Amino acid sequence: MSEAPEIVIDVRGLNKSFDGKRVVEDLSMQVRRGRIHGFLGPNGSGKTTTIRMLCGLLTPDSGDGTCLGFDILTQQREIKRRTGYMTQRFSLYADLTIRENLEFIGRVYGLRDSAARAREAIERLGLGGRADQLAGELSGGWKQRLALGACIMPKPELLLLDEPTAGVDPKARRDFWDEIHQLAHEGLTVLVSTHYMDEAERCHEIAYIAYGHLLARGTVAEIIAQSQLSTFVVSGDNLAGLVETLKHTPGVDMVAPFGAKLHVAGRDAAALERVAKQFSSPELVWERDAPNLEDVFIDMMSRAQDNYS
Amino acid sequence: MSAAPEKPSLLPASLERLYAVFVKELIQLRRDRLTFATMIAIPVMQLILFGFAINSDPKHLPTAVLDNDHSAFSRLFITSLKATDYFDIRYALAAPEQIDPLLLAGDVNFVVEIPQDFARNLAAGENPAILVIADAADPTAVNGAAMALNGMAAQVFTRELLGPLHRLSSKPAPYEVRLQKRYNPAGETRLNIVPGLVGTILTLTMLIFTALSVTREVERGTMESLLAMPINPVEIMLGKILPYAMVGFLQMALIAFAARFIFNVPVVGNLGTFVALTMLFIVANLSVGYTFSTIAKNQLQAMQMSFFFFLPSILLSGFMFPFRGMPDWAQDIGSILPLTHYLRIVRGVMLKGAGFADLTSDTAALGAFTLAAMTIAVLRFRQTLD
Repeated sequence: MSEAPEIVIDVRGLNKSFDGKRVVEDLSMQVRRGRIHGFLGPNGSGKTTTIRMLCGLLTPDSGDGTCLGFDILTQQREIKRRTGYMTQRFSLYADLTIRENLEFIGRVYGLRDSAARAREAIERLGLGGRADQLAGELSGGWKQRLALGACIMPKPELLLLDEPTAGVDPKARRDFWDEIHQLAHEGLTVLVSTHYMDEAERCHEIAYIAYGHLLARGTVAEIIAQSQLSTFVVSGDNLAGLVETLKHTPGVDMVAPFGAKLHVAGRDAAALERVAKQFSSPELVWERDAPNLEDVFIDMMSRAQDNYS
Repeated sequence: MSAAPEKPSLLPASLERLYAVFVKELIQLRRDRLTFATMIAIPVMQLILFGFAINSDPKHLPTAVLDNDHSAFSRLFITSLKATDYFDIRYALAAPEQIDPLLLAGDVNFVVEIPQDFARNLAAGENPAILVIADAADPTAVNGAAMALNGMAAQVFTRELLGPLHRLSSKPAPYEVRLQKRYNPAGETRLNIVPGLVGTILTLTMLIFTALSVTREVERGTMESLLAMPINPVEIMLGKILPYAMVGFLQMALIAFAARFIFNVPVVGNLGTFVALTMLFIVANLSVGYTFSTIAKNQLQAMQMSFFFFLPSILLSGFMFPFRGMPDWAQDIGSILPLTHYLRIVRGVMLKGAGFADLTSDTAALGAFTLAAMTIAVLRFRQTLD
C-alpha cells in the first residue's frame, strides 16, 4: 500500500440500536495511521458495538465513513482482509492446537505458505515448545498472546482490540503493551478498548465514550486540560466521615478516597477553593493538585449519567 | 488507492478458504472422539438392532397338527418338525374345522395337515402332499420357519426309505409340502426393511451432525472471529458440509456391508449408482441440518428442529407405511422429504436393479431439495452479528 491514507478510521454520525435501545448515538471519530488509540468508557457504553461496526460485524442504523479508505457500509470484505480483530472473549478454536489455529487463519486469509507463516508466528510468540498444545488449555495470559499473534499474522494494517487485557496479570499486560507499541512503531494502527487507566495513559490518543456518546478525545494531557477540573488532595484523620459531608457540599463534584488521602474535584474552581478554605484545619490538610485521568473520567461518567441515562 | 492486487486469483482463493474450513472441521471431528465414535457406532448398532428386531428369526412358533394318517411316517414327520426348533406343537387337532379358529385367534402360526393314507400313497409313489398353512400376517415371523420346513422335508425320510422303498429316496422328495401363506402371501419384509433402514439411519445421523455446526460456533464465541475474517457464507457452508459427507461415505459403506453380509440383502443393481445416489442423499440431509443450524438460536433448538424433521421422514416417506396407501395430503408432504425419494432409489437399485435412467425423477427431486436447502442456508446465514 503505497498511498495509504493518513486518516485510517474516519466515521461520522454512527447510530446503532438494539431492540429500541440506543447503544451508540451520533458517534464520529478519526484515527490516524500508526497511532494507538485508546477507547474508554464504562461497561455497556457502546465500545464493543463501535468496534464491531468498524470491522463490518455490525451494520450501523445510520451514519457513514471509511475504514482504511474503504466504505464501512459496502466494502466490509476489503476491510476484513486488512483488519485484525481481537474479540473480548477468547475466540480461537479451543479444540484445535495453536499450530492448527494459526494455519487455519493463514489459509482463510490466503497467505502464501500458511504452515511457514504459522511457524514464524509461533516463534515470535515464544510458543515454540507448545505448538501442538490445544489452544483451550492455555492460561489466560497465553491465550491473549496467542489471540494477538493470530490477529497480526495476516499482516493487517489496522488492529481492533476489544478489552484485550481483561483478566491478565500485570507482567503479561506490560509485555502486551510493549508489543502493541512495537507494532504501532512499524506502522500498524491500533484501536484498543480498555478499563485500565495505566493503559489509557500508554495510548497516543484516547476517546471517552459513555452511554453511546463520545464525551472527550485527544491526548491524555489534552483531556485533563479540557476537563477544567480543579482538584485538591486532602490528608488527615477521619477522612471517611468527611466523604459523606463533602458529597453534599455545593462546589464539590467528585470525592474519591485514594489510600490514606482523599481526591476532591470540582468544575467550578472558585467554589471549590471556598470549600477547601472552609474545611481546612490543622488536622485536615488541603493541597492543590492536578487532576489525574481517573478523576476526569469519573467526573465525566457522573455527568453523562445525569444527561443521558 | 492502488488497484486491488488479489483480484485475478478469485476462485483459487475461495477454494483455499473453503479448504481452510474443511481442514478445521476434520480436525475438530477427529478430536471429538465421542462424536466420532458415535458416528461409526450408531449406524451399525441401529442397523443391527432394528434389523434384528424387525427381521428376527423367531423359533418355537406355536403349531397345530392335524394328523389324518397316524402312520409311522406321519409321526416321524411331526417329530422332525419339532427337531427343527422352529415349531412348537401345541395342538393335535382332530378335525379340519378346528384349523381356522386357531389361526384367526392367532393362537398358532402354523397348522400342519397330514392327509389320510399319506404313508400308503408315499409307498405307492403317488407323491402325496402335506399342507402347511402359515399365518403370514407377520411375514418375518414365519419366513425362517418356512425355510427350515423346506430344508427338513427333503431329508426327513431318508433313513426310513431303505430296502424295498429305496427307490423312493430320490430327489426331489417323494412327497410334497405345500406351504400356504395366508393374509400376506408375498411379504418379503427383510428385503423391504433393510434398504429403508439405510435411508433412515443416514437421515438421522447426517441431520444431527450439521445441525449443530453453526450454532456450536455461535455458542462457543468462535463465530465472531470467523465473521471478522474475509470468508463468505458459501465457503463456510461447503467447508463444513464436506467433511461430514466423507463421514457419510464411511457410514454408507458400513451399512451396505452390514446389509449384504449380515442381512443378506444383495445389491442387484449397479454399485456405482448406489454410491452416487446415496452420496447425493447424504448431502441433501447435511444441507437440511446446516440450514437448521443457521436458523436455530442454540444447539438445543437445532436438535429439536432435527427431530421435527426426522419424524415425518420416518412416518410419511414410505418407510413405515406403504407410500401409495397414505392419504393425498400425507403423500404431498412425503414428496418433499428426501427420504421418500431415496427409499424409491435405494429399493430400486438394491432390489430391482434399477439404473440412473429409471430413477431420474427421484434423483432430480433430491438434487432440487439439496439446492433449495443450501440456498436457504446461505440466505439465512447471519454474516453480521446484527
